[in-house]
Amino acid sequence: MAELTMIEAIRAALFRALEEDPDIVIFGEDVGIDGGVFRATDGLIQRFGAARVRDTPLSETVIAGVAVGAAAHGLRPVAEIQFMGFIYSAIDQLVNHAARLRNRTRGRLGCPMVLRAPFGGGVKAPEHHSESMEAMLAHIPGLRVVIPSSPTRAYGLLLAAIRDPDPVVFLEPKRLYRSVSEAVEDNGKALPLDRAFVLREGGDVTLVTWGAMVQESREAADLLADEGIFAEMIDLGTLKPYDRATVRDSVRKTGRCVIVHEAPLTAGFGAEIAADLAEHCLTSLLAPVRRVAGYDTVMPYPRLERHYMPSTARVVNAVRSVMEFT
Amino acid sequence: MVEQQPSPSISGFLDATAEVRRPLPDFAKDRATLVEMYAAMVLTRAFDTKAIALQRTGRLGTYASSLGQEAIGVGVASAMRPEDVFLPSFREHGAQLVRGVTLDELLLYWGGDERGNDFKGPRQDFPVCIPVASQFPHAAGVALAMKQKGEPGVAVAVAGDGATSKGDFYEAMNIVGAWQLPAVFVINNNQWAISVRRKDQTAAETLAQKAVAAGLPGEQVDGNDVIAVREAVGRALDRARAGEGGALIECLSYRLGDHTTADDASRYREEEEVSPRWKEEPVARLRKYLTDAHSWSKTDEEELLRSCREDVETAAERYLATGPEAARAMFDTLFAEMPADLAAPAEGLENG
Ligand SMILES: Cc1ncc(C[n+]2csc(CCOP(=O)(O)OP(=O)(O)O)c2C)c(N)n1
Ligand SMILES: [Mg+2]
Repeated sequence: MAELTMIEAIRAALFRALEEDPDIVIFGEDVGIDGGVFRATDGLIQRFGAARVRDTPLSETVIAGVAVGAAAHGLRPVAEIQFMGFIYSAIDQLVNHAARLRNRTRGRLGCPMVLRAPFGGGVKAPEHHSESMEAMLAHIPGLRVVIPSSPTRAYGLLLAAIRDPDPVVFLEPKRLYRSVSEAVEDNGKALPLDRAFVLREGGDVTLVTWGAMVQESREAADLLADEGIFAEMIDLGTLKPYDRATVRDSVRKTGRCVIVHEAPLTAGFGAEIAADLAEHCLTSLLAPVRRVAGYDTVMPYPRLERHYMPSTARVVNAVRSVMEFT
Repeated sequence: MVEQQPSPSISGFLDATAEVRRPLPDFAKDRATLVEMYAAMVLTRAFDTKAIALQRTGRLGTYASSLGQEAIGVGVASAMRPEDVFLPSFREHGAQLVRGVTLDELLLYWGGDERGNDFKGPRQDFPVCIPVASQFPHAAGVALAMKQKGEPGVAVAVAGDGATSKGDFYEAMNIVGAWQLPAVFVINNNQWAISVRRKDQTAAETLAQKAVAAGLPGEQVDGNDVIAVREAVGRALDRARAGEGGALIECLSYRLGDHTTADDASRYREEEEVSPRWKEEPVARLRKYLTDAHSWSKTDEEELLRSCREDVETAAERYLATGPEAARAMFDTLFAEMPADLAAPAEGLENG
């Protein structure tokens, strides 16, 4: 079994998808001969040709809109937005078309497309390249939002997203692209969408997170274990629709919950989880639900970036505070 | 105020007085074909009239009439083949009817029922696109799928003059050019975008010239001459089908009615501007030509009007007798398979 980084795992999933389904086309800016600015599509054009791996003109509206039209007419586009910071002009197409075509035609036309986009901070990228705006997308009815947190889950979830008959936005935490590698079996097996992954079991507190913040959450859980506090760690994997049952069950067991996300606090996805727990698990809660999140500021430039990103220490402190709550 | 008049350089066959200006294309020498197009325009107008009446009496939602622009929709759709895909704006009922969308489906859609988009006829055609110009990228995508799969079809999208100010329009034309896709974009230039005049929409002399930037051929046609619309679109379709890429066609017409039933055009335009435009409208023009050249009789006309009205009336009766879907329909086709998240609210609805 090969040791793969996340970017290599994504490439392996794209390669396999192109091999197994002739209707799959990949397109985006610089995804052809350049192999994508992060190399997710490296070598694909050589193997599958310029008709199936296409460099688009520089237009996000068109990348998303062409994906909608092509998907409705029998292709299965896997399109790339070069950075999430440039997804906004594609959102019109996602909200007004991709997410509602099946519904508004009462099932006549579907939209089996995947829109991939690298996102998140921590790599000292230029302005507009580091934001985490997943909650905006998760608010859109009819759209799936999937975020992997490891090479294995990137591989399995991307295959699942590509095979799914409905539109999926697949957000890739670019801080993890090359920072971790693990053995990934390139066996074509998808992981389930809409299901959370319990990455670690524990009885004292539930940590709910996704994407790159799985790193800080794991470090925090290790440190807390040394103090005798055992955290159950849940990676949502699919943000919309998220696996409420797994989160609720865990919190009913632990009585405490800390949600960790890089995105800004207010109206971040953590708010939805906290509200769900308040509605469904009130009598199990031993402490208020806490959120460790980015600030409600504009994402700072690289020099101040690390002060913005939720740190392991902030997660540890939040957990301590819910443990001490009486 | 000088309004844009279809100038002699704009391709047309029948002028406003139904005189033949240029040798007619073959299809227009055939009486049956002309009568078919004429009948489609008359049906479109009868449908518009009924739809407005239904809206005014609280039995239909906000409605956008195509009064005066019937030649565009009918010309476009009659040039198309069944395997082509049509992507309409909200003003192209004429084209939709020719494509095989039923009167009942149109009424359901405008009456606020999604089932109106589940066309039983043209299964691959897109539903009406409300966000202006956002269907152009879809047409490029459909064209990509056709090209990729080796299908012989062409994607045809129609939108208004206002739509040409949007990025989607330029960006989609650009990719159609860059990838040489079989997509034809048609502009219904009815001179108004709600209350904004064509001249205030853009300083470009023509809308057709916007194609130049994308490396596509662009041309203006007299949008009140159904023969001209069909001929120009037909030529563009032939080129696209032969793998020679897309085109832009600007059809010059005039919006004789309000923007929609929610609009009152008297707030922003004078009746003196509108009345001369009635002399150019497409239905009377083709009727005159049929009468002059093909012995279209008063009886023929009366019979056609009667049958169109009857079709529309009976469709309206069926529509009015159709109850809404069960409330849970809003959940049922949101995804191919309902996610667990939605099952509970869908159940809840059913149980009150
Ligand atoms: C993107 C977008 N902006 C605004 C509107 C509201 N709106 C509906 S129709 C219209 C004018 C459209 O004018 P035009 O493109 O000329 O088409 P017409 O209505 O004349 O057929 C506007 C502003 C809309 N539907 N979509
Ligand atoms: Mg207009």
